[in-house]
Order: sequence, then structure tokens, then C-alpha cells
Amino acid sequence: MPDSRLKTARELRDLIADRELSAVEVTGQFLDRIEQVDSRLKAFVTVDPDGALRRAEQIDKQIASGETVGPLAGVPIAVKDNMCTRGLLTTCSSKILKNYVPPYDATVVSRINDAGAVVVGKTNLDEFAMGSSTENSAFETTRNPWDLERVPGGSSGGSAAAVSACEAPLALGSDTGGSIRQPASLCGVTGMKPTYGLVSRYGLVAFASSLDQIGPFARTVEDCALLLSVISGHDPLDSTSADLPTPNYLAHLDEPINPLRIGVPQEYFAEGIDPEVEAAVREAIAVYEKLGAEIVEISLPHTKYAVAVYYVVATAEASSNLARYDGVHYGYRTDRESDLVEMFCRSREEGFGAEVKRRIMLGAYALSSGYYDAYYLKASRVRSIMRADFDEAFKQVDVIACPTSPTAAFRIGEKTADPLQMYLSDIYTISANLAGNPGITLPCGFTRDNLPIGLQLMGTSFDEENLLRVAQMYQKETDFHLREARL
Amino acid sequence: MAELETVIGIETHAQLNTRTKMFCGCSLSFGKEPNTQTCPVCTGHPGVLPVANAEAIEKSLRIAVALNCEIAPITRFDRKNYYYPDLPKNYQISQNYDNLGVKGHMDLDVDGVTKRIRIHNMHMEEDAGKLTHPESSNADFSLVDLNRTGTPLAEIVTEPDFRSVDEVRVYMETLRSILLYIDASDCKMEQGSLRFEASISMRPVGQKEFGSRVEIKNLNSMKAVVGALEHEEKRQKELLASGGKQDPETRLWDEVRCKTSVMRSKEGAADYRYFPEPDLPPIHISQEWLDRVKAAMPELPRERRRRFIDEYGLPAYDAGVLVEDRAMADFFEATVGLVGDAKTVSNWVMVEVMRRLNEQGIVISDLKVTPENLAGLLRLLKNKTINQTVAKEVFADMIESGEEPEKIVERKGLKQISDGGAIEEVVRKVLDANPKAVEDFKAGKKNAQQFIIGQVMRETKGKANPGMVVKLLKDLLG
Repeated sequence: MPDSRLKTARELRDLIADRELSAVEVTGQFLDRIEQVDSRLKAFVTVDPDGALRRAEQIDKQIASGETVGPLAGVPIAVKDNMCTRGLLTTCSSKILKNYVPPYDATVVSRINDAGAVVVGKTNLDEFAMGSSTENSAFETTRNPWDLERVPGGSSGGSAAAVSACEAPLALGSDTGGSIRQPASLCGVTGMKPTYGLVSRYGLVAFASSLDQIGPFARTVEDCALLLSVISGHDPLDSTSADLPTPNYLAHLDEPINPLRIGVPQEYFAEGIDPEVEAAVREAIAVYEKLGAEIVEISLPHTKYAVAVYYVVATAEASSNLARYDGVHYGYRTDRESDLVEMFCRSREEGFGAEVKRRIMLGAYALSSGYYDAYYLKASRVRSIMRADFDEAFKQVDVIACPTSPTAAFRIGEKTADPLQMYLSDIYTISANLAGNPGITLPCGFTRDNLPIGLQLMGTSFDEENLLRVAQMYQKETDFHLREARL
Repeated sequence: MAELETVIGIETHAQLNTRTKMFCGCSLSFGKEPNTQTCPVCTGHPGVLPVANAEAIEKSLRIAVALNCEIAPITRFDRKNYYYPDLPKNYQISQNYDNLGVKGHMDLDVDGVTKRIRIHNMHMEEDAGKLTHPESSNADFSLVDLNRTGTPLAEIVTEPDFRSVDEVRVYMETLRSILLYIDASDCKMEQGSLRFEASISMRPVGQKEFGSRVEIKNLNSMKAVVGALEHEEKRQKELLASGGKQDPETRLWDEVRCKTSVMRSKEGAADYRYFPEPDLPPIHISQEWLDRVKAAMPELPRERRRRFIDEYGLPAYDAGVLVEDRAMADFFEATVGLVGDAKTVSNWVMVEVMRRLNEQGIVISDLKVTPENLAGLLRLLKNKTINQTVAKEVFADMIESGEEPEKIVERKGLKQISDGGAIEEVVRKVLDANPKAVEDFKAGKKNAQQFIIGQVMRETKGKANPGMVVKLLKDLLG
């Protein structure tokens, strides 16, 4: 039986549809892999072997009886544990939801299920998606498959590690300030944040409503395009989802873009970037130059405000979004309460981790009477200015290229002493969330310590088709994305 | 002590009678089993998102237009953040920065004088659930019912323009009638679909600054509002007259003991940390949409009442009663359109029709009698085909069967007897059988005539033309 682990999702799907492999066999192989490595990796919060095999069996039956099956039929997929799966524990890696079983499926989950995918389990994250290393998980810290003493990045560390370690060919993550792209970069896989509004947020446990987006993790651009095609498109249950039909990003994927103008923002190569990271990214840009692209020096002048703006807007929205976790209707409730207010306070004190509390306090402060204008309103205005930076840049170039993360994977515990240091890990990814533009990260090299380095490409809003084509050009010329971590 | 002036402001919450809730597809109805009319969205589960109810926006727009508000070209939702177990998300989706309607007004007729009440704003929001606290004071729990969570509300806030409790009473009645007319709410205070909150303060006449504001809660009927305000007015006047000081407070109205008591002092306004709702896009109210809503507005009760007085010559009281219910006023006008004689129609509607509606506990749309039917009946009366007594009998039949009056008269042979000969025959027969009555009649005793006519009616099964009977008696007996 061929080893499914190294096949792409697209290959697996076709093999299963052609009945060269059965969905049950394939799912079984990945479940074995999970059992083999996850005690060391800790990428999963919940593994659902029974549910997965049952689904796989269903797919096999459908194929056997000649029914048409979807574009992900039989393909195992891991889902970040902040997306609601009906009947399957959804914890957001938080104590406050450690026993929460949703009564409904997120829209993206319905869509991947309808496409025939097999959900193998829910992956670990920084609690409520707040973090850049998965160290803020209330349960475990997921390890980086390339070095188990290092972080996988965050907040979608579990999804990134799972794909990197071949525990699943596909995973879903969420990206609010870089939470798909940064861990993908640190784990050596391909990950994408779509344009805000392209993918429905219904069922994604909200962190920052105006920034959150769900996106794909995979080993290849092609698989990302496949998964993105399934989950994108208008959802009537999400009023912020764009009124666009579900697209097909595979149709023209292999057609290169020519002429191609690539913008290199000077602000993204200033201080703080690791020299090895810079070198690898510049080499990657040189690959495009060799393919005939024009490299243009550009400026995104308001980049320096990005982290500050983000930590006002995101925390403000989060302080409101997380207010519902109060021990009343679902989730954790303290047993030390004497009155209503005490019950609220103690449930949240005991149920939330330190970083979550930090951000809720920051956010509530930013919204409070007397400070709303100075912080939230001001930050919203700066955000518009940053959006304008991108619009200006995209008049001169088709795509922006830069590092995804200033460093490769850092050691567990290295940045936990100083939250602000941790916040700076997102410096290259945050702007795309604030502006709404899509961004994708591609493996583009390794450090001396054999740690992955990521190249980030950002595109114009709702132009994922072209962004993916540009990304595909790179993966046809290189093989960094095919390298496998030895566990 | 200088004479004190009463200053009152009223805040109204009206539940809109839409098919579904404000931000989800749950249906609305009153009195269902607790927590059965909910879904993940209105119970604030992790990951859910609101979707604005277009019907609610349309009805809210109607309210804003009816209240003569300036309509925001772009209106937005905002989050009002506070913690309470009847508010699952611990924030209410409401409006704060860009209310749907501002700077409106309502003109009231108070004892023949027109009083204008300014509307500060009108905005949309979602309702919270219901808490039930057990009777026993040792109970360590309360019960939460989330059926009501997410019900669309229109909040209407007046400026503190009321100067008497009577003005408030008229305002409440007028507002209620407007909301019913434009089909925005079913306004059933006993079911909580219309709720009032009042704020009252006193100041010396002539002073510009307002006195300390007292907010009154637990007003479950218009009667309670009036009672509580009258009580408060008296209490505050006495307090100030005796040299006391009124602090800003929230007081609770006790319906049983008919008094208010302090709930909490209003030391500082709560900080709701309002910010624009990021899950809902702004709503653009185009001129076309606004024009459409304005064009579809029905004639409102006050204007209609005025027109009934002017156009149909009805007394103010009658006009007032007829316009209270829009369907009733429509019925009245349709009937007048067919048969004229507004006064007669108005009498029949106000007496016969309304009596049946009250007896059977139905509304006019449930009535089997149509304006055409009633017009037909009145035409038969007018041309003396039937008399008043028979008309009432026919009407009773119409109520039961919905049959046309002409058919009923035909079928039952109820045509008035106006044949002089036939009447004379019966009259003579009655006179012969009742000599004492004849004597009393000649002696001028009023009852005698009634008695004789009564007997004639009995003989003719009510069909004799009463006018002719009277004339004949006069001729025969002098």
C-alpha cells in the first residue's frame, strides 16, 4: 500500500476516487501516524478516530455505489480547536471551554464535510487564538517537528505542526495577526490568510471580529488552493462575508504571471530581522527575478504603527467577544461563588489564562469612557491610513514579498517573560490583517540549525487567484516545501 | 417656596411584530415553554454571528417617519457592553452613535390644547431574556429564560418635555395607537411588547436647570405609569417643600402598595464601552427607500380623527373612538363610502359592531359582516323597507351568518308593513282587545301609547311601520 503521508491532498483524493486507495486505508494511515508521534508533538487537543473512520467508510461506500463525491473526498483534515464542530469537543485550548461541545458546525466545517473531507481531530492553539507560540494553550505546548525544544509558532501551532509532521495533509487555522502564516513559516509548511470577508467566520470562536479569518495549511500551494476553494464564498450567516460565489482557485493555478512586478517594502528589512532569515528571503525574491519578474523597492510608511494599532483594535473587540464566558450558560463555572458578581469574576479568573486576561483588560481600557476617542477611534483611523498604504503600493506592484517572521522558531520559554517581545513576532504579518489583504507563506530555506524560513507574499484584496499563481511559480522552481522533518 | 414645575421624560421600548428575531431566525411568540425558542445565535454560543432582520429595519423606519424624525442616511449598530445573566453575550447589540432617527416630535391633544413632545432619538436594539427569582429569600438560584432574547425592539426616547402626568397619559395612548396603525407592534403591555420607563424631576418655575432626576422602574401598565408619576410628583413636592433634598435616584414602583422606593442611587452613569458592532455592516437608508416608506404610511390617528370631525361632521368623542383601531376606522369609512350618512353609520359601528367585538373577544377583521353588508342594511332602513327593531334582528343574523341583509329580509319575510289598510286592521284589533289602554291613552298617559304600539308590534311580529302606527292612533283616538 503506497504511503499516503507524503502524497498531496489532491493526489490522495484522486487515488481514493479512482479506488486505488480506500478512504478508510488512508485515514487509518494518518491516524496511525498521529498515534505514533503526537505524544511528543502535542499538536492535537482531541483526536476522533471513530468519527473519522466512520466518515471514511461513508465516502468509500458512496464511491463504490457510483455517487459523485466532493473535491476533498476521503482526505484527512485537522481543524483548529477554535472552530465549532457539532458533537465534538471545541475548547479553544482554554480551561473555560474545556467541556464545551458545540450544538452546531462552523460553516467551513460544513463545507469541508460536504466536500467529503475526513476530520481526524482538533488541533492545539494559543488560548482563544491569543499568542504567537502556542505556549498560551491551557493544556500543552505543541512542539515544532523540526526541533521538539522549539515552538511551532502560534496561534495555530497545532495545525501547522500536524501538517508539517504528516499527521494530516490538510489543516484549517485562523489568522488574526499572523496566526496561520507565522506558524506555517516556523514549521516549514504553506499557509494562507485570505482577504477579510472571503471565508465565513460563522462558527469561528471570535477573537477580533474585524481581523479574524480562517485559512488553509498544506504542504503545497496547490493543496492550499484546493482547500481554499472549498471554504470560500458568501455565507448568509456571516454579514461580513463578501458577496462572492465560491471560486475555483485550481483552474489557472499553473499559469505563471508575466509580466510580474514584485514590491519589496523597505520597512520589512529594517532592524530586528535575523540575518539568516533576511538572506533566505532575498534569495527567494531573486528566484522571481530569474523568472523575469521586476523587483521594485516600495514603502509601506505606516508599518511602524501596526503592532500598536493591532493591540488596541484586536484587544478592544476581544474584550467584548469574550464577555460571554461567564459561567452562566455553558463552559466552566467556579464552585466558589457567593453571589452573581463573584460567580462571574471567579469563573473568569479561574477559567482564563494570563495572556487572555491581559488582553481583555487592555481592550476594556481602550474602550472605556474617556479613552475611547484616544485609543479605539484613533487606532481605527490609523488603520484606514495603513489600508491606503497598501492601495498605493498595489498601484505600482502586483504582489508584495517580504519575510513572514523576523526569526525562525525560538525556544520554548524564550519569549514568555516579555509579552511585548512576543508581540513583535507578528510584525510582518499584522499589517495584512489590519488592511484586509490576503497573504501566503511559502517555505524558502532553512537556518544553520535546520529550522524553516518562510517567504511571505501579499496581494490585492479578493485577488487570491493571482496570488496563488505567483506562489505556485516559486514552488515549481524550489523544493523547500517538500522537505520532511525527521521525528 | 417658589412654585414647583414637574418635568418628565419617557423612554419606550416596543417589541416589533416581525416574523423572526432581530438577529436570527427564531420565531417570536409569547408564553412558550422556557428556552424552547432559541438557537445558538440568540443564546450567544461561541462562534455565532448576528444577521440583521430586514423586516425589523423596515418597521423601525416606519416608526421613525411616524415620529417625524430626521433619518440617518447611514445608520449603524453598536455594542452596549454590560454583564447580566439575561444577556447571553454580555453585550446588547443596540445603537448609540448613529441612531436611525433623531430630533423628531409628536403633537398631542391634551384637553383641547396642542402640546408638542420632542423625540430625542429612536433606535433599534435586541431584547434580553427574562429572569425569575424564586419567592423564598433563602433561595440561592434564579431562573433564566432566553426565549425573549433577541426580540427586535424599537426604543423611543423623548426630551423631558412633559409638564403634567396627564400629558404623559395622552402620549402613551397616542404612541400606542400610532404603533398599531403602522403595524409595527402589537402593543400588548400585559405581554411586555410595550414597556415604558419614566424619569421625573421638579424645579422652581422659571429655573433653567433641571432638578435631580428620579427614574422609575417596574411600570407594567399605563395605569402604573400614571399612578407612579402622580405619587412621585406628590412625594417630591412634599420633600422639597419641607426643606429636603432630592438626589438622583432609581426608584421601583410597588403596584400593590402604590408607592415608590429607592432601588439604587444614580452616582455615576454606567460605562457601557460602546463601540461599532464589527459583525454588522452599516445600513444605507437611500432616498428611494425613505420615499417608499413615507408613501406607504397610512393616515395617522390624530390626522384621521381631525378629518372625521371635519369631513363627516362627527363629534370629537365619536371620531376619537372610531379612529382608535385602524381596521375599525377603515370599516367605518368604507361603509360611509357606500351609503353616506356618517352619523348613522358611526352609531351602528360604535354601538352594535363594537358590542359584538367585545362580547366575542374578536377584532373587526374576524367579523363576518362586511362594510357592504352594513351599508346594505342601512339602505334598507333608510328607504323604510324595514324598521329599526327589525334592523337589529337582521344585524344579529348577519353577525352569525355573514349573509347579505336583503337576502335575510327576503328569506324571513321581514319587510316592514307599510300598507295602511293592513296596519289599520291590526290596530283596530288591538284597540278592541285593550279598552283600558284606550282610556289611558285618551287620558294622556304616556305609557299607554307605548303599550298599544307594543301590542301592534307583537301582532305584526315587529314589522309594522311604527310611524304609521303612531299617526293612525292619533287619527283614531285623538
